[in-house]
Amino acid sequence: MEKTDTSGYLDMELLRFTTAGSVDDGKSTLIGRLLYDSKSIFEDQLEAVEIASRRGGNDEVNLALLTDGLRSEREQGITIDVAYRYFATPRRKFIIADTPGHVQYTRNMVTGASTADLAIILIDARNGVLEQTLRHSYIAALLGIQHVVVCVNKMDLVDFSREVFEETRARYLDIAAKLRLDSVTFLPLSAKLGDNVVSASTRMPWYAGPTLMELLETIPVNHRVNEQESRLPVQYVIRPISDKFHDFRGYSGRLAGGVLKKGDPVTVYPSGQRSTVAAITRHDQELDEAFAPESITVQLADDVDVSRGDLLAGGEPPLVAREITLMICWFNERPLRPGNRYIIMQATRETIGVVTAILHVVNVNTLESESGKESLQINDIARVALKTAKPLAFDPYAKNRVTGSLIFVDPDTFETVGGGMIEGV
Amino acid sequence: MHTLTHLNELESEAIYVLREVAAQFERPVILFSGGKDSIVLTHLAHKAFYPLRIPFPLLHIDTGHNFQETLDYRDALVERLGATLIVGSVQESIDTGRVKEETGYNASRNKLQTTTLLDAIEKYKFDAAVGGARRDEEKARAKERFFSHRDEFGQWDPKNQRPELWNIFNGKKNIGEHFRVFPISNWTEMDVWQYIYKEGVEMPSIYFTHERDAFFRDGQWLAAEPCMKLKPGETVERKQVRCRTIGDISCTGLTLSRATSLEEIIDEIAATRVTERGGRADDKRSETAMEDRKISGYF
Repeated sequence: MEKTDTSGYLDMELLRFTTAGSVDDGKSTLIGRLLYDSKSIFEDQLEAVEIASRRGGNDEVNLALLTDGLRSEREQGITIDVAYRYFATPRRKFIIADTPGHVQYTRNMVTGASTADLAIILIDARNGVLEQTLRHSYIAALLGIQHVVVCVNKMDLVDFSREVFEETRARYLDIAAKLRLDSVTFLPLSAKLGDNVVSASTRMPWYAGPTLMELLETIPVNHRVNEQESRLPVQYVIRPISDKFHDFRGYSGRLAGGVLKKGDPVTVYPSGQRSTVAAITRHDQELDEAFAPESITVQLADDVDVSRGDLLAGGEPPLVAREITLMICWFNERPLRPGNRYIIMQATRETIGVVTAILHVVNVNTLESESGKESLQINDIARVALKTAKPLAFDPYAKNRVTGSLIFVDPDTFETVGGGMIEGV
Repeated sequence: MHTLTHLNELESEAIYVLREVAAQFERPVILFSGGKDSIVLTHLAHKAFYPLRIPFPLLHIDTGHNFQETLDYRDALVERLGATLIVGSVQESIDTGRVKEETGYNASRNKLQTTTLLDAIEKYKFDAAVGGARRDEEKARAKERFFSHRDEFGQWDPKNQRPELWNIFNGKKNIGEHFRVFPISNWTEMDVWQYIYKEGVEMPSIYFTHERDAFFRDGQWLAAEPCMKLKPGETVERKQVRCRTIGDISCTGLTLSRATSLEEIIDEIAATRVTERGGRADDKRSETAMEDRKISGYF
């Protein structure tokens, strides 16, 4: 039996990434390869996929069937929804949000990108940079993904040509500059043959960089901890009715930014009341300090009014406003029209909001802005002005993904109909 | 720069989800099976609200075909946490004619649990049922949300799910509808065992190796308990086994194992080549067995 180092496995880092590309780019094959080569596919799963491949008339094992789980996906050979996949190496645990790349599924790509630290963008070496490459990259940039890894796939079909790779890279660098993507890495690979996925390619000696797996294992996982500020959206107030904890009043939540220390001065937003941190607890442990994204409970030194939806903040203050501008992705068949009322959920806060103006709609295929639109349709991305019934306490999305994001909920159907990234007041 | 370990981050995420449940719903319940995932879930709920007691009851859907060790463990845990336990009985659903029991050698009460579960949700007016399902367990579960909407018939509509962005969970619904919530969605089997090890969570004895009467059917060992009917030719043998996943006796495969400690279980899982649900007869019924059961309201 293979022996593992049990203790070593206990302190791995977690990297969440998303993959964008169409079926034709070999995305499912690439994911299948990562799972297979990291031994995350088990015999019974492989056996099930082999049987299903034969039933579907495929001679080769169709690794896409590993990720397409729903009956209609298997029948139609397409990915409908975001699927989450997991694998681990001795260095890191990975969560893949695998999203369909077809145009009508912008909603899924946005969903997958919203929790990712890194995006893999696949390009078919034969086709180079296409319209959809631009679209995928725009969404990665919009959702604030820190690292983009451009995989130039199917190098086997272009004779492992360095020129083809360099040309694609040069064209993509123009896009990266336009989108202000600052961490972009390029890899030539063949997902089908395994070149540069987990093991280094012997057929591309001109490429000296890391394999995809090496890159995923070593790229810095940065949780954007800004030590100059702390943010705790209050989720739930813990007030036990027992003699032992008679005076206990704890504000629980997950730290959304920064470091919080015992004794820190904090302000309650939006009310503006001030106090200091008397104690930080995690279960029955008292902590001197806590880091994002830890879930903690905080007790304050003063008897101030705090409830769910409030933001406890220290350091640089957040913005507080009822009128803001934001980028929005619309997800629903029922169009957004200025004047419609929506339920707005932001961090743990909830209020009513009205879009007062559609400033412009972004054409994600050309990145051009189109103004004068009177409504937003499904999959539209736009800049809008929003007015809320109660004030929001927030940071710009570019600074803080948790306090800077919000969703729109339809008050009639209760569906989530849009996602927003706050720019400012 | 400070980064959390993967277990700390997964724990923090699960606690965040559990607190959202307490904040957004009026009558949540934890679905407790006595299996490792629901044990970890209950442990997380205890940590999330401390020093408050877990602010929702535990619901056990009892097929009547449980391992005694699971029931003993359940009762001791409930007492230790001061939690409220509600038992939904599949036997009662059979006796009152709500469901009809399967017959034959492979008869299982697994599917019948759905009716008992939905009846309990309706009876106690639960609006959120919190479960320990994980996305890595099964391909239909890979598409599941943290907050998963169920219509008034308790059904799941996998193609029409609400998008779930960042960590904003929308638990809004109409009267009569409910949510299933899965705080450990992002955990793998390995994460669960590592966490149990790290936290020193006490586990039911049947997860560790023990001697048991077993018989071999369709490529796996099953427990020779009174509720199981042997086919002609099947014989009972005394085996050194442990359970890798615990469900109803009729669908819980036994793993031949000598693992006596959590460290040995973790090593065994690291070296294994079959998924944990590979031992579950309920998933082998068809390629989309889980999707079909989930749509109709299964866990």
